Amino acid sequence: MPKPPTFNDVRTSVQDNVIWKSIFRPGSIYRKGYRDTSRDRALAAMNNVLYHLHPVKVKRHGLKLTYTYCLGGLSFFLFVLLTITGIFLMFFYTPAAGAGAELAYLDMREIEASVTFGSLVRNMHRWAAHLMVFTVFLHMARVFYHGAYKPPREFNWVVGVILLLLTLLLSFTGYLLPWDQLALWAVTVGTDMMGFTPVFGDQVQFVLLGGVEIGPSTLLRWYVLHVLFIPFVTVVFLAVHFWRIRKDGGISGPL
Amino acid sequence: MADEVQIDQEVYDRLIGEGKSERIARAKAKAAAVRKSKIAEGASLGPKPAEENTKALEEFRSKAGEGGGVATATKTADAGAEGGRLTPEERAARVSASLGNGGEPASMGVPAESAHTHRLLALVPPAGIQQVQSKQMDKVYTWPHLLLVEFVSLLAVGALLLVMSFFLDAPLGTLANANEVPAINKAPWYFMGLQELLAYFHPMTAGVTMPGVALVLLMAAPYVDKNPSSRPENRKVANMAFTFFMVFWTILVMIGSFFRGPGYEWVWPWVQGLGFQL
Ligand code: HEM
Repeated sequence: MPKPPTFNDVRTSVQDNVIWKSIFRPGSIYRKGYRDTSRDRALAAMNNVLYHLHPVKVKRHGLKLTYTYCLGGLSFFLFVLLTITGIFLMFFYTPAAGAGAELAYLDMREIEASVTFGSLVRNMHRWAAHLMVFTVFLHMARVFYHGAYKPPREFNWVVGVILLLLTLLLSFTGYLLPWDQLALWAVTVGTDMMGFTPVFGDQVQFVLLGGVEIGPSTLLRWYVLHVLFIPFVTVVFLAVHFWRIRKDGGISGPL
Repeated sequence: MADEVQIDQEVYDRLIGEGKSERIARAKAKAAAVRKSKIAEGASLGPKPAEENTKALEEFRSKAGEGGGVATATKTADAGAEGGRLTPEERAARVSASLGNGGEPASMGVPAESAHTHRLLALVPPAGIQQVQSKQMDKVYTWPHLLLVEFVSLLAVGALLLVMSFFLDAPLGTLANANEVPAINKAPWYFMGLQELLAYFHPMTAGVTMPGVALVLLMAAPYVDKNPSSRPENRKVANMAFTFFMVFWTILVMIGSFFRGPGYEWVWPWVQGLGFQL
């Protein structure tokens, strides 16, 4: 009877072939194994898709929890979490309203009542959205108090303000989707104000609402904005934001 | 220790006789011995005449062009074409010459058979080099230090959200009805500051002008604040202005969220109850 293969035999046959080597770049820890040396620590960052976000080394003071409070990173984490839970909700939601076809509202009830984990995922989506607005606000404050918007980071601050705006818009467009009284009237308060835009007030309101008042076409419009358009624009600005952080020499400071 | 270099005994004895110290006499006697042996070999002593130097340099340069692989900087600097800069063809020719690959044009890209994805060596004119001015800093590896911190904070917030979502349900009221205005009618909390302003100002001022101005000011902050220092003690005005802004805003949001009830009238939340939904 042949001897059973050892662990090393298996590893060699799995790793020593064209497919494995095409997946993991030369020097990857999945090719050569990891030893805790400076070289392998550097390679772990370099041979990793995270290399798009992180350099091999970062300033020591930036690691202290009390420098960034992780607020930018957490905002991004919440954005990712919202994308995941949001995709889940999309499977069960129809952006339609109107007499006799209140699909949006009924789907919300359905998600709460009979979709497996539906209620939990909806709750997570809701709370993460509020939390993200909050962390982005706090992130802005921490950046301000560190003077981290000073040259060469002026433009990244501007990108940040746009991101804050996009975060608010994401949250606000999502607020309408449950199509209950809370949603309808909270959004009415907001869009009424936009109607007071000088000169173009009526036009602005008409485009945003898809009509003269909030109705089924508003719901469809805001749904598309919420799940596709604004997230897309946000991702573009996030890419610029992260790219500029590295180009501007990494995290600011020490103070 | 054995003396490796011979000394000229004659010179040594003469210098000792003149009362010089032993050390100096020995050194001079050594030098005399070396000089003597060089003359015996037929070498010329003293500085070379100028024309001989020029000839040696010329010889060196022409050799370099044939594959010495050196002195590229010199060649670039005194190249004839416009202002001392080489045309790409000239440069390729120079590179191929200095690589000594027999007149074949030097590759201007990555050789097909190369395992590298980048060119590892290129001739860069001095003007093309970016001057990086950064101080050496105290740095640590991203892995494991930063990634570990990120992972832990991510887990913590993820767990917090999960627990919160398990116990707290998101609101879902009755079906939207455009004909039935609810008694308490509020925007989401992050717009409550604006709605509160609406209680004091004309809607255009509160809803368009003030947020617009605030947004422009916020974006302009880095260009307005010319103070180069980031230390809190050097930027009291900026910090106070921003703090004022934030506190003002927070108070508006708090009032709007908690102290406004039916018909947007003032209420005390501990008396009339909390008219606030997330
Ligand atoms: C979706 C929202 C946002 C995300 C996901 C985000 C993400 C990040 C991350 C991950 C960092 C790295 C440092 C850190 O974590 O603090 C950062 C830095 C920075 N952010 Fe944001 N950010 C957002 C919004 C903003 C806003 C609203 C502003 C300001 C108005 C801003 C301005 C900046 C600046 C200037 C830096 C560089 C800070 C430094 O070098 O210390 N960002 N951002």
